[in-house]
Amino acid sequence: MMFLWLWGILIAALLAPGVNRFLGGRGGFALAIVPAVIFGRLITTWSKIVDGDVVTAAVDWVPALNLAVSLRLDGLSLTFGLLITGIGALVLVYAGGYLKGDSRLGRLWMLLLLFMGAMLGLVLADNLLTLFIFWELTSIISYLLIGFNSDRAESRASALQALLVTGAGGLALLPGLLLLGMAGGSFEISTLATIAEDVRQHAFYLPLLLLILCGAFTKSAQFPFHFWLPNAMAAPTPISAYLHSATMVKAGVYLIARMHPVLGGTVAWFWMIASVGAITMFLGAVLALRATDLKQILAYATISVLGTLTMLLGIGTEATLTAALTLLIAHAFYKASLFMVAGTIDHAVHDRDIRNLGGLWTAMPMTGLAAGLAGLSMAGVLPTFGFIAKETWYEALGEDSGIPFLVVSVASNIFLVAAVGLVCFLPFRGNRTATTEQAHEGYITTWTPPLIMGLMAITVGLKPEWLNGLISAGSSAISGHETPVKLALWHGVNATLILSLLTLAGGITLYWQRHLFAGVFQGLNRFDRFGPTQIYRHTLSAVIKLAARSTALLQNGYLRFYLLTMVGIMVVSVWMALGTELRSHMQPTSLDLELHIHEALLAGLTLVAAAVAVRARTWLLAVGALGVVGYCVAGIFVLFGAPDLAMTQFVIETLTVILFVLAFARLPDFRRLSSNRTRLHDAVIAIVAGATITTLLLFAITVRSDHPVSDFYASHSVADAHGRNIVNVILVDFRALDTLGEITVLSIAAIGVYSLLKLRVEREDQDKPLIAAGKPAESGSTSESKETH
Amino acid sequence: MDSVILRTAIRFLFPLLLLSSVFLFLRGHNEPGGGFVGGLVASGAVALYAIAHDVASAQNVLRVSPRILIGSGLLTSLSCGLAPLFVGRPFLTGLWFKTNTAVFGELHLGTPLLFDLGVYLVVTGVTLVFVFSLLEE
Repeated sequence: MMFLWLWGILIAALLAPGVNRFLGGRGGFALAIVPAVIFGRLITTWSKIVDGDVVTAAVDWVPALNLAVSLRLDGLSLTFGLLITGIGALVLVYAGGYLKGDSRLGRLWMLLLLFMGAMLGLVLADNLLTLFIFWELTSIISYLLIGFNSDRAESRASALQALLVTGAGGLALLPGLLLLGMAGGSFEISTLATIAEDVRQHAFYLPLLLLILCGAFTKSAQFPFHFWLPNAMAAPTPISAYLHSATMVKAGVYLIARMHPVLGGTVAWFWMIASVGAITMFLGAVLALRATDLKQILAYATISVLGTLTMLLGIGTEATLTAALTLLIAHAFYKASLFMVAGTIDHAVHDRDIRNLGGLWTAMPMTGLAAGLAGLSMAGVLPTFGFIAKETWYEALGEDSGIPFLVVSVASNIFLVAAVGLVCFLPFRGNRTATTEQAHEGYITTWTPPLIMGLMAITVGLKPEWLNGLISAGSSAISGHETPVKLALWHGVNATLILSLLTLAGGITLYWQRHLFAGVFQGLNRFDRFGPTQIYRHTLSAVIKLAARSTALLQNGYLRFYLLTMVGIMVVSVWMALGTELRSHMQPTSLDLELHIHEALLAGLTLVAAAVAVRARTWLLAVGALGVVGYCVAGIFVLFGAPDLAMTQFVIETLTVILFVLAFARLPDFRRLSSNRTRLHDAVIAIVAGATITTLLLFAITVRSDHPVSDFYASHSVADAHGRNIVNVILVDFRALDTLGEITVLSIAAIGVYSLLKLRVEREDQDKPLIAAGKPAESGSTSESKETH
Repeated sequence: MDSVILRTAIRFLFPLLLLSSVFLFLRGHNEPGGGFVGGLVASGAVALYAIAHDVASAQNVLRVSPRILIGSGLLTSLSCGLAPLFVGRPFLTGLWFKTNTAVFGELHLGTPLLFDLGVYLVVTGVTLVFVFSLLEE
């Protein structure tokens, strides 16, 4: 069933461009059917999962390596799966309105659906390697999505930044997962959880934990890797709503939660995760107030919440795990909704700077309503689900060691409440500004989805007991044992309620008096040059410089240099291998030299032709002599029973001579350009290389295995592969993968030769450097692709 | 190259060479031959034609661009690799079936033959890309 879901999403993704062509923006409803159906199927498994059951599915992938694609649906996966498909369906509808009439809409839908599939696979995966593959898929598709406006350099740079940061994390994650698999002796997470104690005692524990956390922290934009997320706002809003609030950035949080039963509960786990999370939470909240772009504010607020989730998972008590899941759900609702609101405003007035916005309430009442509902949830006001999430969070930290974290949490939340004011109140109140003069309400497809999510926040806030089962099942999956959950809207007047009120009051004051703090925030700017963005920039330019230098060194454009390198490496590596072998096998073997007269003649002719080729003074003679060498070698093949090889060699020699003859026209006159010293130098290298190969061959004939490999082919060729010509059977059957590789290389060589000759012609015609010649072609192709979409 | 001798010769050689390339290709599984050498002979035939006449008329005789030959060849070979996946066998496993035909008697046909056809097309295409781009100036 779960495999069917992934296939269904893939098929929908492939159909998306066609849907845009035939149905236009409204096609979003059609495409949303797929995630909606999956959402429905997930709901039907709800009661089963809540009872502590799991659903599994697996197919063998590489049975020889014990590699299987195994999926497992438990409480944690179910929570994420519902968010991915539910919000995914709404985002598809919203995207249809947002990019209505744009020819690129099909591409956007396709990428969103592909992303949904990857993300769903990620949260369902039980096998570490399966998980990793889906993990990397989300990074790659997110690169395509962030760079969606590919004609803007800024989007491309942001996309690259996100890819490099999350890709570097993925690079750390892979060895981390492999170490985990080695330490536990299994790649199934569910199996690992049963032997968690052994894994935590293992010598690999600390390195693998660090590596896995690198992956999780980069993906979930934790300090100091948080900088890519605000830049990723270059993406169109539907993408930000989906990837950067509800799904992709939560993948890191998911990974930490998923690893908790296996790796959690140690001191290292607690401090590394909880402290990084707390720092990120506070930093994100403060930076949110410094930003003036709606989406930037939301991005930093998201970083703050991701930090909170990380912190809560790091602390890892039953109460904090429950709080993390509750906050996760609440956040997904209000943040995706707010991103959509920001997108609708941007769509209506083509500006997202809060300093230019105002009075939108009269123009966009439905959008304003959605913003208000989501904002109440974000600020944690009664009776929204956000309020419950915040109560659970504060209460969870009220226990013993949580107090310092509680202080930071309250401080961060005060900043976040002020941010709510900036996003949900400021743009809508007061009179219209010059920017918002012409503002108009969005389409029904753009205000319904955020409104639905805003209403959900209230509904679930009033009926939180609906989610008890789900969150309990999720927390049990994270903690590894039964965790009962009882959510309630009203706990009576207690310490956490007072803290909540304090937070609200503090946030409102901060919003009210924001001009007092403007100077403080501007002052933060001067620390930017020590920030991770600068480190990223410097690292990137250093890597590019290094690459340029090594390329200039290794790819200097001289054919003789390349030949020298290849021959040199061959000689050195052959001798390194032979050196030890020769010493141990050095025994005089009599070579039966039974030379027939015709063989001797052929060998002599080869030598003479080679000598002529070396001494030749015209192109034709040189090529002709080389051809004779080739034919003679083919003749040797004939004499020693390799007709296939001989035949091919004959044809190749003929074609080579033809190609040479064709190339003559372009070659300059045959001249001796190198000095005697270089020639001597070359001769020495040639002789050494020749001697090496001769030694290798002589050595090879003295080594005789008892069971030559040819026996296998001889006995299996007819029986298994229905062919009597062993050489050909090897080529097309036994070693067909090699052949497939070889013809691919051949094709690449053809492209190389073709473009080399073509580009040369163009350059001569237009007298332009290569890169400049490439540019107009590039922009031409993008405009072309726009038209065809 | 304007040579009456070459042009006259190629008129007879061209079909003969093509025939022998097909012959080499088909017998490859049991006797010396195969897609690689068959493709080389075929491209040699077209190359000779191009030298005797010019690239444009050789292109005409060939009907499709060599680049198409490369692409379709790669696709053919790759699809032979993918085909066994659909019957639950590993990538690139040879699938065989026997047929009885009136003309040839019992025949063993299998995906390796198709795979070899892909090799044949790629080799022909690649060599012709070399030859045509060198000749075209």
